[in-house]
Amino acid sequence: MSMKTNKETEKVYNENGEEIRYKKSKKSFRERIAAGLFLSPSFFGVLLFFVAPFAVVFFYAGTDNVISKQFVGLDNYKNVLANSAFQDAAKNTATFSLMAVPLAIILSLVMAMILEANIPMKSQFRTFFLSPLMVPVASVVLIWQVLFDYHGVINEVITLSGGSPIDWFKSSFNQIVVVILFLWKNLGYNMILFMAALSAIPKDVLEVSVLDGASRWKQFWYIKLKFITPTVFFVGIMSLINSFKVFREVYLLTGDYPFGKLYMLQHFMNNTFKSLDYQKLSAAAIIMSLVMIVVIGALYIFEDRMGKDVEG
Amino acid sequence: MDEINVEIPQEKKKKIKLPHVNGAKVKKIVRRVILTLIAAAFAISFLLPTILTFANSFMSEQEISTNYGLIFNDYTNSEWGEEKTKTYRSETVNLKLIPDKVVGTQYETVLLKSPEYLMKFWNSVILTLPIVILQIFVALGASYCFARFRGKLKSLLFFAYLIIMLMPYQVTLVPNYLVSDWLGILNTRWSIILPGIFAPFSVYLLTKYMRRIPSSLIEAAKLDGANEWKIFTKVAIPLCKGPIASVAILVFIDYWNMVEQPLILLSDSEYHPLSVFLSQINQGEIGLAFAVATIYMIPPILIFLYGEEYLVDGIAYSGSVKG
Repeated sequence: MSMKTNKETEKVYNENGEEIRYKKSKKSFRERIAAGLFLSPSFFGVLLFFVAPFAVVFFYAGTDNVISKQFVGLDNYKNVLANSAFQDAAKNTATFSLMAVPLAIILSLVMAMILEANIPMKSQFRTFFLSPLMVPVASVVLIWQVLFDYHGVINEVITLSGGSPIDWFKSSFNQIVVVILFLWKNLGYNMILFMAALSAIPKDVLEVSVLDGASRWKQFWYIKLKFITPTVFFVGIMSLINSFKVFREVYLLTGDYPFGKLYMLQHFMNNTFKSLDYQKLSAAAIIMSLVMIVVIGALYIFEDRMGKDVEG
Repeated sequence: MDEINVEIPQEKKKKIKLPHVNGAKVKKIVRRVILTLIAAAFAISFLLPTILTFANSFMSEQEISTNYGLIFNDYTNSEWGEEKTKTYRSETVNLKLIPDKVVGTQYETVLLKSPEYLMKFWNSVILTLPIVILQIFVALGASYCFARFRGKLKSLLFFAYLIIMLMPYQVTLVPNYLVSDWLGILNTRWSIILPGIFAPFSVYLLTKYMRRIPSSLIEAAKLDGANEWKIFTKVAIPLCKGPIASVAILVFIDYWNMVEQPLILLSDSEYHPLSVFLSQINQGEIGLAFAVATIYMIPPILIFLYGEEYLVDGIAYSGSVKG
């Protein structure tokens, strides 16, 4: 502690309340400047690369074309919402996410609990489960072709065991193939999140429940699940986001216009982008981001409530 | 469990007979074995693609087409290739984990005969490294601000960052393209690097960690006469070394495997990273694709082996939406 600061603090305390408040607000002004300086590189970057262009997208979505820039109100939105390709894509995306996200939550929780249950080679298993993070997308696609092609390994196994082969990519099964791919890629990440949450549960609470004669199932349902609720929500959000990222693989596997249920919003956006229809694209982007904000905001508020429930 | 059994009240203990205790022990062992088997089954299916890629990269093109000819044959355009695969093709597709003969011809092609692969690899490096390093620098400042100074405006801003972070790429695709067009950096590496630097992901993660720095530490530094810059560089950053490493790994893995951004922002394939190029390798050269993929996996694997603990910590810290 240097003499100078010591003197200054003394001075503040010796004077009346007003003076202190004056000093305080002066300090917080300096703090504000410091805060601004720390934030500014990131802030202006985000403003330039993410927020400002979004305003332009908003503008595009409200005009008729890039050249005349006539304001057409909500027409573009109406057109997009009435577009049958968009409707199909939205429906397919929704069913995919509704299938993939709950499965991702449940399976990764199961895996985390298996690893938590004192089995040998725990850390090796953890490494194995995380390994899909490293495999480049293109080789994932190659492998998936080897496995799920009509002449592929899975069909061979099915034929050998007496079944008839399934055309995985060109039937309604194709969504399942992509769900499996999604799970394979994301379960490890989610599992780590759950393992962290499970190990953060206070041990004494669990011990008391054992003394009270709680069964494993009751212990899970009434204690563990309550403590890991925030993580369940977070895993849900992350899985939802990642379910949009699976487009990479789908696109490389099946191209611009995949069969049936695999035509998702991302295909719609991509194809619209290629045909340079910025109005349609912008309107679709705005609609999509509004839905995302509502979903994420709802989860955020919900988590806030549940979090309070756990903490107090 | 044994310790707890000792503490069981007397009246409960009476009910448990000795054979039952043994039965419970057997049950416990059986349970462990079953769980281990389940975990092993999961682990094998998780590892299979990686092992397959690795194993196939050491097979000759002939062996590859013998095994997978049925699948990829439709794509071989040249008649010569057609002949060749016809001769060696087997009736079914074989899933082979061990090559008949380990050959390095694929690697020879990739590393010595065609320089394009190494050039694309280099493209990946000079796109990914600046993004990782600069994103963390920018994010350190922002996360220090979010963690150290609180206020309504700041928490609103933080939520905005969260929303931007969670936006699927298809939504940010148009804004991204537009801004690159304005700045005249479309079809240059900057169109990938600049938005990458300001991506909010690491801000979010580092803020979560910086909030855990006890305020008493910062107050103590302040009393010692340190200004904000000194607190930032001498207190906050050294305390965040671990999280910085884990964020770097996560960001690296993400950008190392990027596909969409280069496809849209770099029309000139000369600049494409290997991740994009890999997906465009002719279907007739499957063996080559496996070899390139294996080479491409080396950096992430090295980082993974070296920093797995950091990676796991990093994922764990991202745990809940709020700090």
